[in-house]
Amino acid sequence: MAGRDQSDGEMLKGTLDMMILRTLVPGDAHGHTIAKIIERTSEDVLEVEQGSLYPALHRLEDRGWVSSYWGASENNRKAKYYRLTAAGRKQLVRETNRWRQMIRAIGLVMGEKAAADGGAQ
Amino acid sequence: MSWLRFFRRSRKDAELQEEIGSYLEEEAAENMARGMSADEARRQARIKLGNPQRVRETLWQQNTVSFVESAWRDLKYSARTLMRTPGFTATAILVMALGIGAAVALFTVVRSVLLKPLPFPAPNQLVALYAKADTGKGGSVAAADFYDWQSESRSFEQMAVWRWTGYNMAGDRDELPEFLQAVTCSWNLFSTLGVQPVLGRPFTSADDIDAANSSVILSWSFFKRRFNGVPSIIGKTIRLNGQPYAVVGVLPESFTYPDPKIQLWVPYHKGVSSPILHSHYSHTSHVIARLRPGVSLSQGTQEVSAIQHEIFARFNGGGPVSPAVVSLPLVDDVVGDSKAPLYILMVAVLCLLLIACLNLSNLLVARAVARRKEMAMRSALGGSRMRLIAQQITESVLICLSGGALGIVVAYAAVRWLTMYWLDLPRADAVHIDATVLAFAVGITFLAGIMSGVLPALLFTGAKVVAAMQDRARTLGASGAKASLRKGLLVVELALTVVLLVGAGLLFKSLLLLSSVDLGCTTRNVLTMRYFLRGESYAKPEQIVSFQTQILERVRHLPGVAAVGLTSVVPGDGFYGDTTFSILEHPSESPEKRDSALFRTADPGYFQAMQIPLVAGRFFTSSERLSNSNFIIINQKLAREYFPNEDPLGKHLTVSWISPTPKNFEIVGVVGDTRYRLNEPALSMMWFPILSGIPGTTTDTALVVRTATDPVALGIPIQKTIAGIDPDLPVSNILTMQQIIGKSTANSGFEASLLGAFATLSLLLAAVGLFGVLSYLVAQRTQEIGVRMALGAQRGRVLGQVLADGLKPAFAGLALGLVGSVAAVRLVRSMLYETRPLDPAVFLLVSAVLVVVAGAACMVPAWRASRLDPMQALRTE
Repeated sequence: MAGRDQSDGEMLKGTLDMMILRTLVPGDAHGHTIAKIIERTSEDVLEVEQGSLYPALHRLEDRGWVSSYWGASENNRKAKYYRLTAAGRKQLVRETNRWRQMIRAIGLVMGEKAAADGGAQ
Repeated sequence: MSWLRFFRRSRKDAELQEEIGSYLEEEAAENMARGMSADEARRQARIKLGNPQRVRETLWQQNTVSFVESAWRDLKYSARTLMRTPGFTATAILVMALGIGAAVALFTVVRSVLLKPLPFPAPNQLVALYAKADTGKGGSVAAADFYDWQSESRSFEQMAVWRWTGYNMAGDRDELPEFLQAVTCSWNLFSTLGVQPVLGRPFTSADDIDAANSSVILSWSFFKRRFNGVPSIIGKTIRLNGQPYAVVGVLPESFTYPDPKIQLWVPYHKGVSSPILHSHYSHTSHVIARLRPGVSLSQGTQEVSAIQHEIFARFNGGGPVSPAVVSLPLVDDVVGDSKAPLYILMVAVLCLLLIACLNLSNLLVARAVARRKEMAMRSALGGSRMRLIAQQITESVLICLSGGALGIVVAYAAVRWLTMYWLDLPRADAVHIDATVLAFAVGITFLAGIMSGVLPALLFTGAKVVAAMQDRARTLGASGAKASLRKGLLVVELALTVVLLVGAGLLFKSLLLLSSVDLGCTTRNVLTMRYFLRGESYAKPEQIVSFQTQILERVRHLPGVAAVGLTSVVPGDGFYGDTTFSILEHPSESPEKRDSALFRTADPGYFQAMQIPLVAGRFFTSSERLSNSNFIIINQKLAREYFPNEDPLGKHLTVSWISPTPKNFEIVGVVGDTRYRLNEPALSMMWFPILSGIPGTTTDTALVVRTATDPVALGIPIQKTIAGIDPDLPVSNILTMQQIIGKSTANSGFEASLLGAFATLSLLLAAVGLFGVLSYLVAQRTQEIGVRMALGAQRGRVLGQVLADGLKPAFAGLALGLVGSVAAVRLVRSMLYETRPLDPAVFLLVSAVLVVVAGAACMVPAWRASRLDPMQALRTE
């Protein structure tokens, strides 16, 4: 029951948090919008599972990176809006930097590897 | 942060549900915008969301501190299960409350009395020094010895001397005169201890010389009581024994050394007469000292002992000089004789607590047996063993916690009661329940809970799920093993009980012997009271004798008085004093041998008033007074010991009594032996005529009055009579002989009763345990017994079998307990009076009591088993 998260566990969880924070940069949004933005901007490559989205949102709120309030949605329904806090903004910068380093490092590794065992498999 | 989260889980969950609801609606609205039907749009939205329950569960788990969560759940569950069996729960809590309460109360006392250091700075440097007596033990120190030690030793920062004394204080403005217990001490006593007066100043060396004006320091309680706590008393003068004393200081309230009853402190040179101050023979005082840092007790003692040995060599044979010095830490000196009883009671109380734990454990095993299937079920459903054990232990801890909370209340009451009624408890004023004690209480509570819970928990959470699920009343295998475990617990319980019973039995027997001791005089209808003739009005022998004869005359004529007499101290009221003597007719015995006997005074009527029998010769006569008083009466013990084959009458004892130079006293009578203390054998004793009227020597008076009826009623008339002669003379210790004896047995009685109460409680607990186990066994075997009866077993046989089943552990426990007692009684030896630690009567009696109680506890279930109706029994499942 516990953590049957995605198979690629921790890294994805980290990136999900980062992406949620990123979507909140332009303005406050509720859960549905956040999921939609991530899906659309990734050209539907990333599908946000609700099973991870809401726990992630609550986790971020718990850490003080987002705050929340109840408001009316675009369709005039009651929805819970999330707002990026100052701490969240700093966290986003930190995570983005880390992510960039990671991507670069992986890219370097993959670049050599891909060349090396390209024919083997 | 995470803790708050934990407690807000439910609110978060509700919010989440709402959030999910709004998500679904948004998604459905979007789908509908894409042209789906309303139903399809909602369906697709749900598909997209997946299982909302999972989302909730994930979040819930995320917000959960799992350890707290499970502990909280266990707690709620345990509380509910316990609530369902209120009888069991109440009994268990009460048992634990008694056990924990008793343990905490005694720990409080032991800690405050024995473990807490004295309320002085660097208490470990403080020591008490004693002159080594002939017995090898420490005895009082002669003043001149002290001054030699003080000037010659280098191991001590300071050394001080003190002795007990007392003063008559006359009221200035019609206040009642009173007798004050006091201490006279060298000026540096307070600085040795490290205590400063709260008002005024301590003594200085200038106060403690012959030429100084008399000064006095008051205890806090006396200052409050007699002077209403008005600080202007400092510098004023009070009259003690008719003499003016300037009040220079008041001691702090916390200062109760050596005894809280002390009211006054007077410089040593003012409280001790000059011949005694310079005497190496007169052993009257106590010495305390503060070791220099880095000097050990044994080093310090060796040094002083060497000094003392020089003194001994210098006076060789000339008189009683101690050859050496013994010492002990001051805290041990203060605690003294109460150490052994306190430790014994502490051990007893821990035994009681252990028995309570075993009993609880036993009860829990019984419950666990009944809940085997539940446990098996939970284990089959995936409950881990740790969780099940934790659940079990939670239950016992919960019981113990409630018991502990109640126990602290019990302890609080018990401590108050103990300090009030335990007469000889030293430092009773320092006994309090404080944070350390509470920590101890919490500690033993958890310990008790875990101890009593762990055994059943381990046993009933084993992996034999299938066996447990199949377990039914007919299959006895597994539960039979549990029954033998319960019997094992019982054996231990009973063994501990036997040890406690034996200890209590020995103390009671000793007490019984003590209270039937013959003092050597009558104790019925005798009233005694004390007064001390001091000051200007009693400076001459004629004044003293005139007062004493007036008292005798007037009291004798009071209605109800059968006989009246005067002495220095009545039998049973203490050692008072001894002195050395030699026998004129036995010259040139080895000078090394120092004979000594207790000394007393008596008037002509004293022995008849106390009904002390005359063995030979005569009592004093009324003409033997003032200068015509070189006569002495001895007791049988002295006569037998020193005049084995001759008539002591007409012989002479040479004693320094009237003056420091020894004089001869003619033996005129031999009287029966009397004991100076109830629990000590009679010693050689000699009486001098009180009517010699020597100031100081014969002025400590106990007036004894034998009456025809209740002696207490005569107290006031006699006091009025005394006030009629001297209104300024305080009278103290107005006690009947029974009360004086009561004082010496009170503590033994108290300790015996406490231990007896603990033993009885354990016996009760053990009996309840035995009853419980056997009842349970019978219930388990109902069907089996039914079958047997159906096959023709006799009721008597069934009864006998069940009884034997229960008595087996009882006898095993008894045997084990008797063996344990043989080892344990060493502990109580020091508290026993003329009782052997292995007293067969006590051991027999304890065995009999245990067998009878165990038999009674087994009888009920056995009887029930034998009365079973076979048809009914076979139908029970």
